[in-house]
Amino acid sequence: MSHVTGAVLALLALTALWTIQTSILRAAIGLAITSALVSVVVFQMGAPLAAVFELSVCAGLITVVFAATISLTRPLDEAGKARCSVRRKRRFSPLFFVAAAIGALLWASGYALEVAAPAAAAGTATSRDLLWSARRLDLVGQLVILFVGVFGVVVLFKERDEEKAEEVAR
Amino acid sequence: MSPQYWIEHYREVASAAGILFVAGLYCIVASRNLLRIVLGTEMMTKGVTLLLVLAGAVTGRVALAEAFVVTVIVLEVVAVAVAAGIVIGVYRHHGAARVRLLMEMKG
Repeated sequence: MSHVTGAVLALLALTALWTIQTSILRAAIGLAITSALVSVVVFQMGAPLAAVFELSVCAGLITVVFAATISLTRPLDEAGKARCSVRRKRRFSPLFFVAAAIGALLWASGYALEVAAPAAAAGTATSRDLLWSARRLDLVGQLVILFVGVFGVVVLFKERDEEKAEEVAR
Repeated sequence: MSPQYWIEHYREVASAAGILFVAGLYCIVASRNLLRIVLGTEMMTKGVTLLLVLAGAVTGRVALAEAFVVTVIVLEVVAVAVAAGIVIGVYRHHGAARVRLLMEMKG
């Protein structure tokens, strides 16, 4: 494995572990860094379309959604922050060992798997052909889910009639 | 890089993807903050994305893997948007975003 890919993968694992353990705003930034590193690896594997989607949507849009959600909640006071920090350290301290054990297990199990070379005909279709021809039903599903998501958010943020009446009465 | 390269080195990528998945799963299990749980599911999805593309690279069907990844990312965005809406709704109603508060809701 090239040094660059190895370094990116190591950095990816470390960033993921840091993201899970840090404060919520830093975690949102850590998630964006993780997404950026994933997109680098995905690009190296020869999937530029997926890499661009990962970088723009996951590292960009989702981070903005997280930051907006965090900004809409009230920050903790100093005592609360200290209490949360201690609790977080206690809860997440075994994570490094669990992750190291799982990583080692996956590394070792790789020897047992026999991955064969692909057939010569494999992978001749482009992603554009596949998306618009072979996987057309997926696109319809995506559209349906997008609409469901939009309506879900609209319903969640819709003020109830009673709340509106109370505000008008004031 | 050719499929042969990824066949030789797939263990490194699979281990990294496994660590991402386990980190997300641990976050979901250990945390009681709703936003952190959404973050954990995001982290798990990153691991799945990495594994999907790795499977495509190893089998020589990267284009098919790309099509799946695009679908996964669209679902991910919708899920995060709706989950963020739920978190904000719970916070507005209760003044906190803890999982336990969801159990007190009607319906």
